[in-house]
Amino acid sequence: MLDYDYTIKRETPSVAAIVAPTSGNKFEKFFWGGDEIMIPLYKTTADAKAAQPQADVLLNFASFRTAYDVTMEALAIGGFKTIMITAEGIPERLARGMNQTARDAGVTVIGPATVGAIVPGAFKIANIGGTIDNIINSKLHRAGSCGLVTRSGGLFNELSNIIAINADGIAEGVAIGGDRFVGSVFIDNLLRMEENPDVKYMILLGEVGGTEEYKVIEAVKSGKIKKPIIAWCIGTIAKYYDSGVQFGHAGASANGEMETAEYKNNAMREAGIHVPDTFNDLPAKIKEVFESLNIAPIPEPEINIVPKVRRPKQFICTISDDRGEECTYAGFPISSVATPDTGKGIGDVISLLWFKKQYPKWATEFIETVIKTVADHGPAVSGAHNAKVTARAGKSVVESLVTGLLTIGPRFGGAIDGAAKYFKYADDNDLDPKAFLSYMKGEGVPIPGIGHRIKSLKNPDLRVTGLMNFAAEHFPSTPLLDYARTVEALTTSKKENLILNVDGTIGILMVDMWRALGYSEEEINEFIESGTLNAFFIVGRSIGFIGHVLDEKRLAMPMYRHPMDDILYDVQKAEPIA
Amino acid sequence: MAQKAIREYDAKSILAKHWDKYFPDFTYSYETVLVQNGSELKEAAKTHAWLNEKPLVAKPDMLFGKRGKNGLVLFRDAKPGDVSLEKAASWIDEKSSTKQEVYFSFDGDTPTGEPSVDMLTHFIVEPFTPHDQSEEYYISATCVGDDDMLYMSAEGGMEVEEGWDEKVTEVAFKITDTEDQIAAKIKANIPADVKEEDKENFAKFAIGFFKAYRELNFAYLEINPFVLQGNKVELLDMVAKLDDTAGFMMVDQWGDVEYPTSFGMEEKSPEVLAVEEADAKTGASLKLTLLKPEARIWTMVAGGGASVVYADTIADMAGIDDLANYGEYSGGPTTGETKFYAETLFDLMTREPDPQGRGKVLIIGGAIANFTDVAKTFTGIIQAFENYKDKLKAVDTKIYVRRGGPNYEKGLKDIKEAADRMGLYIEVYGPETHVTDIVRMALEK
Repeated sequence: MLDYDYTIKRETPSVAAIVAPTSGNKFEKFFWGGDEIMIPLYKTTADAKAAQPQADVLLNFASFRTAYDVTMEALAIGGFKTIMITAEGIPERLARGMNQTARDAGVTVIGPATVGAIVPGAFKIANIGGTIDNIINSKLHRAGSCGLVTRSGGLFNELSNIIAINADGIAEGVAIGGDRFVGSVFIDNLLRMEENPDVKYMILLGEVGGTEEYKVIEAVKSGKIKKPIIAWCIGTIAKYYDSGVQFGHAGASANGEMETAEYKNNAMREAGIHVPDTFNDLPAKIKEVFESLNIAPIPEPEINIVPKVRRPKQFICTISDDRGEECTYAGFPISSVATPDTGKGIGDVISLLWFKKQYPKWATEFIETVIKTVADHGPAVSGAHNAKVTARAGKSVVESLVTGLLTIGPRFGGAIDGAAKYFKYADDNDLDPKAFLSYMKGEGVPIPGIGHRIKSLKNPDLRVTGLMNFAAEHFPSTPLLDYARTVEALTTSKKENLILNVDGTIGILMVDMWRALGYSEEEINEFIESGTLNAFFIVGRSIGFIGHVLDEKRLAMPMYRHPMDDILYDVQKAEPIA
Repeated sequence: MAQKAIREYDAKSILAKHWDKYFPDFTYSYETVLVQNGSELKEAAKTHAWLNEKPLVAKPDMLFGKRGKNGLVLFRDAKPGDVSLEKAASWIDEKSSTKQEVYFSFDGDTPTGEPSVDMLTHFIVEPFTPHDQSEEYYISATCVGDDDMLYMSAEGGMEVEEGWDEKVTEVAFKITDTEDQIAAKIKANIPADVKEEDKENFAKFAIGFFKAYRELNFAYLEINPFVLQGNKVELLDMVAKLDDTAGFMMVDQWGDVEYPTSFGMEEKSPEVLAVEEADAKTGASLKLTLLKPEARIWTMVAGGGASVVYADTIADMAGIDDLANYGEYSGGPTTGETKFYAETLFDLMTREPDPQGRGKVLIIGGAIANFTDVAKTFTGIIQAFENYKDKLKAVDTKIYVRRGGPNYEKGLKDIKEAADRMGLYIEVYGPETHVTDIVRMALEK
């Protein structure tokens, strides 16, 4: 389908999303010409529809075991105009119920057991038309003037080819599917084509079995269909054999003379439909009718050629691009954000490269405030200490820096993540402060972001005060911070120093920032899960670590050895294990 | 894949299995056994005491009706209702020992048309149920067009078949009708001739019957007749078809159900059975029906629709007597599967030369494939050529190929080169030639 889109020079892919219940990925790569594009994946139809509300066609490729459930779910979700079903052999009772429910909801069902449908020059669904080479040979890459409806998928291609050779191609076409009970039948599609001004005449390829062709005959007789129809029912051979031989599709079995191909062909001929003498004469009949319509020739459009050899890309990049004149950050040339006159700061660069969005001023300033706030906390913390020890061992800046960074995790700097996670959980679940405390007790962890070694309500941490003041002044609202303050009121009533500390304040205000920026709760949870909050700490604290490393270099301090009297030695002789 | 007929015995077993769910207000004794000969019946009597204790009725259970008119229902020895186990066993042995003629249509009591002749292999044996003609009723359900139909009559047995229009009440149901709507419609349409005291029970039974028809995925379900004696029901004769596409959901509900071939149908040849077996094992589709194995035109066609138009065209241009087979391979079969299918055909077509001394014609046809790799499947056909080239030449085979789709240029080139190298007569065409035009070309030679 994407090859088709590319070939006909469609600007955007016709596929909006893929529902992949068992995939852990968020997107799948597909070729778009020689390039690749990403199509988002969703676990459920409901998620996909919510995220891509503009998609109004569902292509149901589920097996005969689940195709019914998938269709019924999509009908319940609503918003789909057309649902196509490829599965063959859905239980008849289920197929009937599904088709009727769709009909009542005004949804067109194509199939079950279809190879798809096509509007040449616009899009195609499923396998219809076969290979791109064949599509071009059969002039399915641009709109012609025939409306084509068949039951069989293989013969749809064949008819397209015949129409390309003997006329000017098709304007739209549907293979309605081979099962006994299909959603849209010949007449549904022909009536739509009657209304489509691009369709000048129609071709119907029916089959032995069923009475659907008679509805077409009725529509022609009553004048509902005025455009010329060329028609043929295959399966004329069935009359020679008793019902024991199943010719073709499940729908193809004649109950009574009216359902034989010969009878239907005669009835259609009598109604004024153009019916050839045999299938072998069909091309000549098409040529005759087409020429009688005197349709102006259709100009051949330019097409893209899908390259024969394509290599999938090993890496994907969605944040920056160095292929043009100047490297860009999420679409912005570096020069447009780098110098002071651009008015952009490091917060803007982070919003572009981390979040692929242009955050408003208050948010980028908050990010910068955070980075400045966490830049350093003295030489004694584990990361700074590590960096200093490594620097004194004669290692380079980068080696010393990473030994410091490697300590960042659940115990060092991790309170930002933890605070955001647990306070958000409590707020999402409407836990009052008391319930939250007992929940954390149950978890067996102290509340991250609460408590300070020396600071208390009376002796506040001015970094915290600064962050809170900034938020109060610039954030549209701070619901999670407001909640955290009620928790703090409870914890400080138990012990003076159980205040909301700087880690907690940052984590919580980040959540408030994202909420105010319109992210969904799920997206925010993903930020927390993927360690985005820690990333602010890593960036900020790297500044401090590098300072300590450079400090050691400047001081030319010798190799550090820890004093032995600072170590408790308690070494027992190892016992043998039998 | 479609609607498949099942034995009366299986139909009764399925209803009996779910009896309390659909017919909680009625009792059904479910006294019925299926046997293939007299000794099996006697063996069954060891576990089914009623076979010794009650007078019996025996009849073939092989998907055909009109058993009474064909003289194939045993219910009397000296007088009605006196058939013993011994008598039933010997009657079954007698009827199953030689081929029997069965007529499928009658004008009054006179058979019309040609009888089918075949062995009787399965018999259903049940107790003789004395009852009054007025206690017999008719009920059936099936799907017509988009609707489900329920047919009910106050008269059962042959009466109803002969006076369908006057005696049967038809009720149509939308697939989306709710249980309450269905029940209300049935209650409002109980045939007027049903005895006043039976009307309520008839309605209850019909509602349960129709619910069983729907929920158990019957495609057709008929009880003709059933006997209503207060809350006691006897199912005297049943015909049923299942929608076998629902088989995957109905494993427990249907139990171990068998789909027999109809009486009088020729036994499938080993080749056809082998193709069926291969078909069941692959995601692709392999189908073969032998129409007239001695005929001279053989088809190896890809795709369900294309296989039909080739058969149509051969019948139109050459006549039906020249067409040996019908079948298709499609859905992307592997090279190996295609080779197997081709060899099966070549083996059958090269067994005997044409009685009139003409050469044989092999049509390797197909429309423009959607996704089947033509070169890959043709490789399988070429491998089969290798193994059968001498036999194919011996019956003077002319091969006509027409195909399109993925890789068709390579496929056509390969098959042409291979056949030329082996000295086989071959003509090869692609999508520029009308799909069935090779039939015309073959016949003009």
